[in-house]
Amino acid sequence: MSTLVYLEAHDGDLTKGGLGVLAKAVALGGDVAGVVLGSGVRDAAAKAGAYGAKTVYVVDDDALAAPLPQPRVDALEAVVGESGATNVLFPASVLTADVAAGLSARLDAGLNWDLTDLRLEGDDLVGVRPALGDTVVVEVGWTTTPRLALIRSGTFDPSETGGTAEVKDVAASFQDFSRLATLVDHLEEQSSGPSIEDADVIVAGGRGLGGPEGFSHCEELAAALGGAVAATRAVVDAGWYPYSAQVGQTGKTVSPKLYIALGISGAIQHKVGMQGSGTIVAINKDPNAPIFDFADLGVVGDLTQIAPKLTELLKARR
Amino acid sequence: MRIAVCVKQVPDAAVHKRLDPGTGRLDRAGESALNPTDVNAVEEALRLKEAQEGEVVVVSLGPEKAMESLRKALAMGADRAILVSDPAAAGSDLVATSYALAKALEREEADLVLFGQQSSDADGAVLWAAVADRLRRPMVSQVAELTLEGGKVTGKRQTEFGYDVIAAPLPAVVAVSDAINEPRYPSLKGIMGAKSKPQEVISLADVGAEAERVGEPGSRTTVRSSAPPPAKSGQVKLEDDGSAPEKIVEYLAEKRLV
Repeated sequence: MSTLVYLEAHDGDLTKGGLGVLAKAVALGGDVAGVVLGSGVRDAAAKAGAYGAKTVYVVDDDALAAPLPQPRVDALEAVVGESGATNVLFPASVLTADVAAGLSARLDAGLNWDLTDLRLEGDDLVGVRPALGDTVVVEVGWTTTPRLALIRSGTFDPSETGGTAEVKDVAASFQDFSRLATLVDHLEEQSSGPSIEDADVIVAGGRGLGGPEGFSHCEELAAALGGAVAATRAVVDAGWYPYSAQVGQTGKTVSPKLYIALGISGAIQHKVGMQGSGTIVAINKDPNAPIFDFADLGVVGDLTQIAPKLTELLKARR
Repeated sequence: MRIAVCVKQVPDAAVHKRLDPGTGRLDRAGESALNPTDVNAVEEALRLKEAQEGEVVVVSLGPEKAMESLRKALAMGADRAILVSDPAAAGSDLVATSYALAKALEREEADLVLFGQQSSDADGAVLWAAVADRLRRPMVSQVAELTLEGGKVTGKRQTEFGYDVIAAPLPAVVAVSDAINEPRYPSLKGIMGAKSKPQEVISLADVGAEAERVGEPGSRTTVRSSAPPPAKSGQVKLEDDGSAPEKIVEYLAEKRLV
């Protein structure tokens, strides 16, 4: 069995999502290689060695400078051919979802998405996917190789193993249609602290905050914990907080070690985006809020009283 | 200008969704609806049509009863509906579905193919990329703002790192985010008029799709089993009596989270 892990390079580094999937691939066993596609990414690619990759395939080409999926399908097709990988694993992101699906069509290779675990049964790879609003857990498989899989973001943590990887350059040829879409503008999001995909701690706010100013409770508590701030769809729709922080079915899926929900009822729309979190703490004044059904620690009370004091206590501990 | 909108019939949001234990497939027996985020794609197609003339055709793959849901798109203002319905297509995964859908779209020769954000039943948000590869067309996904000008689409989308603006010449494939618009409700006149709009139910053979490339034979993934999610254990719930902040800190410290 040989597994290829798609590693995303951003600003000269490999993202945590890809390195987490790499750690899982190493744990599954067999030959594990990374693949990094981009322009000027060889240095970043070499860093995968310290996280368990023996080999890193690199397609370094100007055609891959912009974060667009279609040229990446061409490049990945070449790498899969060169490496003979039986599994190709992707950390889920806006970009990789399109790359994985394009590759699935190109190679007629099966793709399972939103997986929260992988295991081997003999020679078979088995994927685990929460389905139907996470009310059922489905085990999925593949009938042919290569098997393609998108892993739910934040599912696996990187593991620093030490070591170095052999960087292998692969040349790719690009289809004409793959280069028709072009990036005309890019606006980097300015944010302080970790992004919600990478944060170990998330403090999220919902309608119970009472208004946009209520997010100061989330921001102060998040700062005390070194975490990031997230929001529900309802408050994003209401314009209280930016869409980039939205967690849920139509926002982002996160799984931090600790998720603190302030004034969030826990509608299914939100639940599917965060229930993979390690520990969920919920503060809500409605004792019947659905979030108490799946919170590890539920506190019925007034968050405007509890959150500031909690922030003070946590600051005092540091 | 012809715009094809790919839509799907899904179980209604109010229906308790379940998997058929025998097949591992979704039980589609109950009330159905047009997939909610596909409605945003229909709306966007109608806005583009209103701005520059043209035809909007909704295209779907599904059982014959899916036409009921396509009629909602017609009631909103789409001009006609094509439903590829074939027992041989049941159980198609991404590989098989994208193949059959691409065949149906080739027949339509649309300048622009639109998709919604995500199917509410399979949670998939990837079909457009597979279809675009099969059609060999440029593709932009997760588009929250779309403009069409001079034979070119330009879409603004959000990623993990910020905002990207991506342009592509027609013919192209675009998947829209549900943040792109607020869909209209069909008017009574629209609902009445929908009945007389062209509604075609066609087979896989009609679109030139080979039977062995769809349904189970054409699929590359399987559902092995399904089970309820593991129950949470050790949940604690308390009422704040003024000591909640201390208790939360204690709880977090015990779990080594602070």
